[in-house]
Amino acid sequence: MSTPMRPDHWQHDLVKAGEHKELNVLNLGPTHPATHGIFQNVLTMDGEYIQSAEQTIGYIHRAFEKLAERRPFYQITTLTDRLNYCSSPINNMGWHMTVEKLLGIQTPERVDYLRIIAMELARIADHIICNAVIGVDTGALTGFTYIFQDRELIYDIYEEICGARLTTNMGRIGGFERDFSEAAWRKIRHFLEHFPKKLKEFESLLVRNRIFMDRTIGCGAFPLDRALAYGFTGPNLRACGLDHDVRVMDPYCSYEKFDFTIPIGTGGDTYDRFMVRQREMWESLSIIRQAVEKCDRLADRTTYKADVPEWVLPPKEEVYNEMEALIYHFKIVMGESEVPAGEVYHCVEGGNGELGFYLVSDGGRTPFRLHFRRPCFIYYQAFPEMVKGIMLSDAILTMSSMNVIAGELDA
Amino acid sequence: MPAFTIQAERDQLVVDRLRAAFPDGVVADEQFHDMRCITVRKEVLHPALRLLRDELDFNFLTTLCGMHHPAGAGAEERLGLVVHLNSFRHRHRIRLKAYTAMKDPVFPTFTDLWPTTNWMEREAWDFFGIGFTGHPDLKRILNMEDFPAFPLRKDYPLEDPTREDKDNSMFGR
Amino acid sequence: MKQDALTPRPALGKPTIVPSPEGHSGPGFMTVSLEKAVGLARKNSIWPLPFATSCCGIEFMATMGANYDLARFGMERLSFSPRQSDLLMVMGTIAKKMAPILRDVYTQMAEPKWVLSVGACASSGGIFDTYSVLQGIDRVIPVDVYVPGCPPRPEQIIDGILKIQELVGQEGMRRRYSKEYEELLRKYKID
Repeated sequence: MSTPMRPDHWQHDLVKAGEHKELNVLNLGPTHPATHGIFQNVLTMDGEYIQSAEQTIGYIHRAFEKLAERRPFYQITTLTDRLNYCSSPINNMGWHMTVEKLLGIQTPERVDYLRIIAMELARIADHIICNAVIGVDTGALTGFTYIFQDRELIYDIYEEICGARLTTNMGRIGGFERDFSEAAWRKIRHFLEHFPKKLKEFESLLVRNRIFMDRTIGCGAFPLDRALAYGFTGPNLRACGLDHDVRVMDPYCSYEKFDFTIPIGTGGDTYDRFMVRQREMWESLSIIRQAVEKCDRLADRTTYKADVPEWVLPPKEEVYNEMEALIYHFKIVMGESEVPAGEVYHCVEGGNGELGFYLVSDGGRTPFRLHFRRPCFIYYQAFPEMVKGIMLSDAILTMSSMNVIAGELDA
Repeated sequence: MPAFTIQAERDQLVVDRLRAAFPDGVVADEQFHDMRCITVRKEVLHPALRLLRDELDFNFLTTLCGMHHPAGAGAEERLGLVVHLNSFRHRHRIRLKAYTAMKDPVFPTFTDLWPTTNWMEREAWDFFGIGFTGHPDLKRILNMEDFPAFPLRKDYPLEDPTREDKDNSMFGR
Repeated sequence: MKQDALTPRPALGKPTIVPSPEGHSGPGFMTVSLEKAVGLARKNSIWPLPFATSCCGIEFMATMGANYDLARFGMERLSFSPRQSDLLMVMGTIAKKMAPILRDVYTQMAEPKWVLSVGACASSGGIFDTYSVLQGIDRVIPVDVYVPGCPPRPEQIIDGILKIQELVGQEGMRRRYSKEYEELLRKYKID
């Protein structure tokens, strides 16, 4: 809940037509140290106040959608890693679920819970980066250094699950490549026990900090109707005051069995965005806890993949000894498993909002067309409207609180 | 299997309303897995979206993207535009499609309905060369201004042409 | 063991001091070749310019964080201005749209300068063999050390930094004035 503290002089009166004022042009980016990522904004400034902004993006355009048309389904998982690289597992799982929808694969209950653990860890990792960076932009580097130590714990868990830290390539179509190891479970439990204290500590550094509040409350506020018109999703939309969350609206992966709330803000300003992300981390922690409990209660302790031999690699000893396993192994590795023609859209709640995959298959070994609905790309276009009339330093803060990830923006 | 809740009644309502409003505008109407996909004629797409937004509560445009179908199987080469809509109130998603021939790939802009389509249309222009009349600033968005082609069309090569280190005899191409 | 916040903790180890270069020394004086002394100073006070574009940038953030702590190697201060930096760390994919900007940044840096290319994308284009991605930054600027990985682990980035330090420490005073160096720059059309 935030109220504008300085309503009278927060918004600068823009220069009216005919007034004799000299405007200057400031080129912010693409390699400006204050912007986290490579975006260019050509700002027309009236002193310290922004009159208008013109954006240029595409500085790391990597042609994901074209690449995906030439890659078998499994090789696309590695591309999704690099979309929003702060929360790769969510992207991986989203892609796997899209393919499962196309193939009609039903995943076992335990797989859903394992996926939820991975996805919620990723959400926490994503929000940590965003919130720590908001802190850095207000001049508080301490929170960043503190919380990044604990972010490493999440990386450790990833490593136990899939062997990689950042670009995880986690999971397979129909489940996981292997079960969570003993060490992974131990690390998850340790994280659940240890992280709340650290998160609390991080919160206490910023949430009621006078300087932080003065800097962020009212900064870059955006009304809800504009946010909807601009296609905002995720924490940025929720900060404007609408409790829209794909996990609840269109539940996937058994999210309907979990008990969690959707935090919302009221003013859509930087403080609200910060707080929504902060609360979401707590909710994610609770979801992980529930998922671990549910896993413990399940009679089935070993299933980690659906029974789809055409899509999940058989164990090596079977490949060496059984004809059938060898055939499946060969088909999967060569990307020759059969895919029905058809088109599906599936979306997951990514770190930044609705991450959608529109997959059109013509029955070939690669997609005919794959379009990523990238939340960053969609909401970043509202930036000029958000920063109109506010100060340059607040625009930087607004940008970092929107959490624009260059990889997702430019695809 | 992950799926959206299928709302057959509302799907039918949407189709019926579109058929009533545009008698020969609806070309095809299919159910793909969990989503109804309605193909309309090119001229009808904009008024159809307006009707869906204003009268049937589709308040949110999820995505808009282009598509390229090369000639083959008795069909001519054509470009497509795919729009996903979402109604928050009814938790209802729907897909609309329209195709256009290669010689005049121009749609009216949708930015008057949802400002969010601004960049999506620029992307469709950048990737496929689909034009939008009335767009406030239609120029390339991800590629360089002077890029000579529309790269996501099927006939454009994916790989970087300047690489010299790839020996085709080693890759069996 | 529960520790009071006020009691000093035992030191984890002695702080390491960079060994001085070989030379003649006696009471109150030391003679050493200028090259070695300058090399020693330069290599332990590099000011890096992080040019982070994508995924590798996040790993760089982890490297800068408390766990891996790049500051141990005399890199406490990141220089965000190219004019005052010695080491250009290119981390992440460089698209063709970005290439001229990277070149600009490189030419703005003052000599002597070094370039570290972190990650597969910066080194060779990586998995992105596409029309829009520059196939390795060595097509536009000269590179001193390549760090493989997609993305490299923080340990690998640190290893790359140590390799750079080795290069910096050994570099001759006259290298930047040599014919070969001029030839190299001419090859990249940088003057």
